[in-house]
Amino acid sequence: MSEKKEYKVIGTRPIRHDGVDKVTGRALYGADFQIAGLLHGRVLRSPHAHARIVSIDTSRAEAYPGVKGIVTAQDLPDPADKVADLGEGAVNLKYLCDNILARDKVLYKGHAVAAVAATSPHIAEEACTLIDVAYEVLPPVLEVRQAMEPDAPLLHENLKTTSLGETADEPSNVASHLQYKKGAPEKGFAEADVVIEREFVTGTVHQGYIEPHNATALYNPDGHLTIWCSTQGAFTVREQVAEILQYPISKIKVVPMEIGGGFGGKISVYIKPVAALLAMKTGKPVKVLMNRTDVFEGTGPTPASYIRVKMGATKAGKVTAAEAYLAFEAGAYPGSPVGPGAMCIFAPYNIENVLIDGYDVVVNKPKTAPYRAPGATNAAFGSETILDELAERLEIDPLEIRLMNGAKEGDRRADGPIYPRIGYIETVEAAKQHPHYAAPNGKKHHGRGVASGFWFNIGLESSVTINVNVDGTINLVEGSTDIGGTRASIAMQAAEVLGIPAESVNPSVVDTNSVGYTAVTGGSRTTYATGYAAYEAAQDVKRQMIARAAKLWEVDEANVQFADGEFSCINGKEEQISFRDLCARLGETGGPVVGSGTVNPGGAGGAFATHVVDVEVDEETGKVEILRYTATQDAGKAIHPSYVEGQIQGGVVQGIGWALNEEYIYDAEGTMTNASFLDYRMPTCLDLPMIDTVIVEVPNPGHPYGVRGVGEVPIIPPPAAIANAIYDAVGIRMTELPMSPERLLKAIGTI
Amino acid sequence: MPHVAIPSLLRNLTDGEESVTLPGTTIREVIDNLEHRYPGMKARLCEADRIKPGIAVYVNGILTRGAIRERIAEDAEIHFLPAIGGGMSEPLPHQDSELT
Repeated sequence: MSEKKEYKVIGTRPIRHDGVDKVTGRALYGADFQIAGLLHGRVLRSPHAHARIVSIDTSRAEAYPGVKGIVTAQDLPDPADKVADLGEGAVNLKYLCDNILARDKVLYKGHAVAAVAATSPHIAEEACTLIDVAYEVLPPVLEVRQAMEPDAPLLHENLKTTSLGETADEPSNVASHLQYKKGAPEKGFAEADVVIEREFVTGTVHQGYIEPHNATALYNPDGHLTIWCSTQGAFTVREQVAEILQYPISKIKVVPMEIGGGFGGKISVYIKPVAALLAMKTGKPVKVLMNRTDVFEGTGPTPASYIRVKMGATKAGKVTAAEAYLAFEAGAYPGSPVGPGAMCIFAPYNIENVLIDGYDVVVNKPKTAPYRAPGATNAAFGSETILDELAERLEIDPLEIRLMNGAKEGDRRADGPIYPRIGYIETVEAAKQHPHYAAPNGKKHHGRGVASGFWFNIGLESSVTINVNVDGTINLVEGSTDIGGTRASIAMQAAEVLGIPAESVNPSVVDTNSVGYTAVTGGSRTTYATGYAAYEAAQDVKRQMIARAAKLWEVDEANVQFADGEFSCINGKEEQISFRDLCARLGETGGPVVGSGTVNPGGAGGAFATHVVDVEVDEETGKVEILRYTATQDAGKAIHPSYVEGQIQGGVVQGIGWALNEEYIYDAEGTMTNASFLDYRMPTCLDLPMIDTVIVEVPNPGHPYGVRGVGEVPIIPPPAAIANAIYDAVGIRMTELPMSPERLLKAIGTI
Repeated sequence: MPHVAIPSLLRNLTDGEESVTLPGTTIREVIDNLEHRYPGMKARLCEADRIKPGIAVYVNGILTRGAIRERIAEDAEIHFLPAIGGGMSEPLPHQDSELT
């Protein structure tokens, strides 16, 4: 593939197709949805972080005027110990069901216990207070190292540690252990002139999407169930609801509404099966909305973690060995992103000797959910801080040590795969050449830090249908929730194939009955995989249109060529017709043209990023001010550069929040004490400078236009980059996130 | 012949061997041959006639969709890795369509 290919549509910046609806407030979100006879649902949540449910008495609530139905776990089919494949690997169905409505035990404060449907939200809320739940309160386990202790209270009596096919004999809070080993780490450390080892701790952090979860369910007497909701993937909602309710998938239709952010947090279902259960029980449509406290306490954040990293290097700066120990909190049920964290931690570097151990540990907090490059930000905080320290000890520029050890095509990652063409080195070079890196930064208490990050990206299934209109436009039907302008980036890839403007494509995100299977908008896959499907669907249209032109000119199809939106005859006839004009003649050449594309591509290509940040540290207050921020990232090929820049900036901002302020703060009983946006401090535009972006384009050989996913990797470097900048400013190595004013003042010794 | 990387957690069964070359045209045949050479291997990798939940099979760096039935080329490189839990934004989502 040429790295300098010229495009007509790709690489331009058209106005997004959903832009007017979004800025005028016309776009319909789940909470906007209305239907005749609507009931309102409310979920009763556990006040305890760990307790056995002794009994649930709903009789007083049922008698309350306006209450139409109440459900508990007893209304769910018994999941036994079935394992389900829900498109996110093997899932223990009991865990999945118990997280929807607790059956035997509550495992975190906010765990759903029962739900009420009533004629108004207020009646439903009031009725929840009339449900009598008797609990036997148990001691909570709130921290990963505490949970790993042999005498720690057990969350699940039958949970035993698995280790690549082997299961331990005794129950434990450690759900699994994984390990990657490459080379001979001990020999590598023996060869090192400098070895540095540190421990790191990161807090529990929420995705902080602005729109709370919502779901409206309608159950028809013919057995068909429809769910309107906010989700990153309508098809995964359909699969999860079908499994949880043990209901035929063919009788469930999921309609994705517009989404107000997800960042990985709107893949797992919470209230959707509850709304469905209430609708089935009452025979009426039921809408369930979360408030912000419900979101913080009842949905999955990204895990807190304990990480130990050791790296060694020669005097010349060659990293000879690296070791990492990662223990991640899974929350109430197994399934933390310790695996991706372990696979990413040293991925930007070609290190000969590596040992990585990862532990997935249950604690009495909400079951964790994906959050933008799940696991990788925690991990990189450790490795990128240690690498910075190695550079300092060896008196090597921190970007230079990254260049010296950076991974390239043909290098093998510690977990096995060999890299195809990747662009890590190019991101470091872009950072090094940026004016930011050369700018003076010597003021007192000012510091500069750098860090890099890697994320796999994924492919998975996507389907697109294209209906050709007689006026030369096309209607593009897709199943990917539009987060961050993907209607535009998908439409542009079809437009490029057909030689038409992006504005001539009308993209629609439709329900599960109206398009082929499409996996979630997640894993930075949508512009890559659904864009790939759009490319294939457009190629299908092109083939059919060539046949129509051949029919029109009474020549063989092989004599028709298509370029730049024009069909022409190459057998001596001087015939030419534009895509638009040929569309007007579909009727006389055979009728409608419909193209389709379905893909399941395996070549998502990895994404790398390198960031540079300047900070100022106030030694009196502990406040860290971000003065300047530059992010370089390999996008493969930026389909719509504005939205790539937007993804990079959004990721950086979330990384800054994670670095400096955001964390769940728990009391000793396991109650989150800052479950509102007033107390859970996310950065706003007042806290930030303009985030400067540099798009590096090293085409991905696994995509026809070279696309790499861009959404996740920019969140990975900020905490480490900022920690390194703080060190540069005040000479203190921060090893715990967030690096809040209180922690910074303690580290400095002010308090 | 296909080349199999032995995960570090299974090397107790291979006397520390990190990789082996074995005949096989499918993952199933490769596992059978692994078991023949290193008894106990199949029990770690398979449950009934499928790959265990929690284990993913990569062929030439790409996660297989067909799992145990996957046909492989003569020079294929095979990795058995921990399947990743925790959500869709991950590299190892589908492992065996027959898990349900």
